[in-house]
Amino acid sequence: MTLFKTDGARARWSMPLLALGPSWAIVLFCYLGTVILTFRISLTSSGMIPNGDYVGLAQYRKLLGSSRWETSFGNMLTFGAFFLAGALLVGTALAVALDRGVRGEAVFRTIFLYPQALSFIVTGLVWQWLMNPALGIQAAVQGWGWTGFSFDWPYDRGMAIYAVVLAGVWQASGVVMVLMLAGLRGIDRDIWRAARVDGISTWRTYAFLVLPQLGGMLATSVVLLSVGVIKVYDLVVALTGGGPGTASDVPAKFIMDYLFGRQNIALASAASIALLVTVLAVFVPFHYAAALRRRAREGAR
Amino acid sequence: MTRSALLQRIALYAFLLTAAAIFGLPLYVMVATSLKSMPELRETGIFALPRALDPSAWRMAWTGACTGLTCGGISPGFWNSVKIVVPSVGLTVLAGALNGYAMTFWKPPLSGLLLGLMVLGAFLPHQIFLYPLVQWLSAIGIYQTLPAIIVIHCIFGIPLMTLLFRGYYSGLPRQLFLAAQIDGAGFWRIFLCIMLPLAAPVTVVAVILQSTAIWNDFLLGLVFAGRENLPMTVQLNNIVNTVTGERDYTVDMAATVLTALVPLAIFLLSGRWFVRGITAGAVKG
Repeated sequence: MTLFKTDGARARWSMPLLALGPSWAIVLFCYLGTVILTFRISLTSSGMIPNGDYVGLAQYRKLLGSSRWETSFGNMLTFGAFFLAGALLVGTALAVALDRGVRGEAVFRTIFLYPQALSFIVTGLVWQWLMNPALGIQAAVQGWGWTGFSFDWPYDRGMAIYAVVLAGVWQASGVVMVLMLAGLRGIDRDIWRAARVDGISTWRTYAFLVLPQLGGMLATSVVLLSVGVIKVYDLVVALTGGGPGTASDVPAKFIMDYLFGRQNIALASAASIALLVTVLAVFVPFHYAAALRRRAREGAR
Repeated sequence: MTRSALLQRIALYAFLLTAAAIFGLPLYVMVATSLKSMPELRETGIFALPRALDPSAWRMAWTGACTGLTCGGISPGFWNSVKIVVPSVGLTVLAGALNGYAMTFWKPPLSGLLLGLMVLGAFLPHQIFLYPLVQWLSAIGIYQTLPAIIVIHCIFGIPLMTLLFRGYYSGLPRQLFLAAQIDGAGFWRIFLCIMLPLAAPVTVVAVILQSTAIWNDFLLGLVFAGRENLPMTVQLNNIVNTVTGERDYTVDMAATVLTALVPLAIFLLSGRWFVRGITAGAVKG
């Protein structure tokens, strides 16, 4: 090894390497190692426990032919699109409103941000209760005389995933608000004076001059929310249980059900690998593009 | 103020107050429901203020509600969560500080690669890694015990903590470290006497971030804690979603409020520190 050419280098790095040892173990065994083992299981016909009966890509064919997986994956995309759009829109609108210099800003911020402190289980259960058809918002509004009103999304096959979207947007908009507000506060105030001199309206100043400068905060928000999209599990379990039937199932829940409920670990492992490949297929080009742009900017300087 | 500017102000406050009402509504309904009885709830609906502050649903949720087979309420879950959170937070924060320090100032070979893999792992769904971890913990005989869930929280918590501390340490002047080295202080001495005390602010952020995250965890507790140590979130979901017979929504909501109380208290008491935690985690990620 050329890394440790001299005794001096060995002495210098022995302690830091020892300190980082547990983290190396986590990365090598618990992350990389488990993925390799999971991939191996996905090539077998294992049921409740792993067996050595290799069946090639049969589990993957089964997965791609499974209508439940198709629903789960589709739901993740639907949830992702509406959740991202909703949280970004609401969060940005709240940030812009708070940036106008309002009284009681701290109170508003607290109210918009508190859902972020809650567990997904709590959020899911509260929204399940609000959308309870017999006693929730639907019953209250119908009681006020608007008898045709319906708001029972968790119990409606077509709407169940949007119930998850609604609860998710409620919980996550506060973070976008915080990030965007920090971005707005970082912008040079002279832009406002210049815009006023030129007679540009507040609305147009935001749309064309201020918000385009918040690209960094927007990217951060997108990354943060996207991590939530691929991990979405607890919220679905608490709010809809994946139902009615499997109408609001998501990949993370599909994997859990086949791993522990249906005891088909080979299919669950194939689903895990499929999810991993999907995430990497999105993440790696994104990461490269960001790195290239950074290098281009540094080169231009 | 001109007429149009006044109208703009009114529209602005109308928007903010409506938004605040919508964001606050779930919390209000949750607390109001928990303070009613079922007959009162049926009669007055979910929006009405409770007639009296009736704590019976809270008492039932704390000591009598059925979580699966046993009917001891959610209090055992509360104490289980405490037993899980305290050691897990201590270990992950300390390890994160040590890792961040070692990576920033000593830069041993391949630490960039290590950091990259940690970040990637932290952002992937835990489900991908679960089954082999279950097998290994079973093999050493601790699957579904308190040590198992603490180890698992360390595995999935240390990366983010490392990221947080590395971000903080790379903002400190390197001269501090070089001066200590010239004075003859070694790896551990610089960490314990200089860098760990200097990191007090980020340590507060880390503790807040980690205690809320681990308190709110559901998936890992469900799989690894075992029936004796199920955290509060898992017991809450059992109380509400796996009951047989007639559901008592007032008890359900009381149990929900009780579970939300700890992270809400952390959020309200820590204020700006909490915000720094979520933005630090975000910006560095």
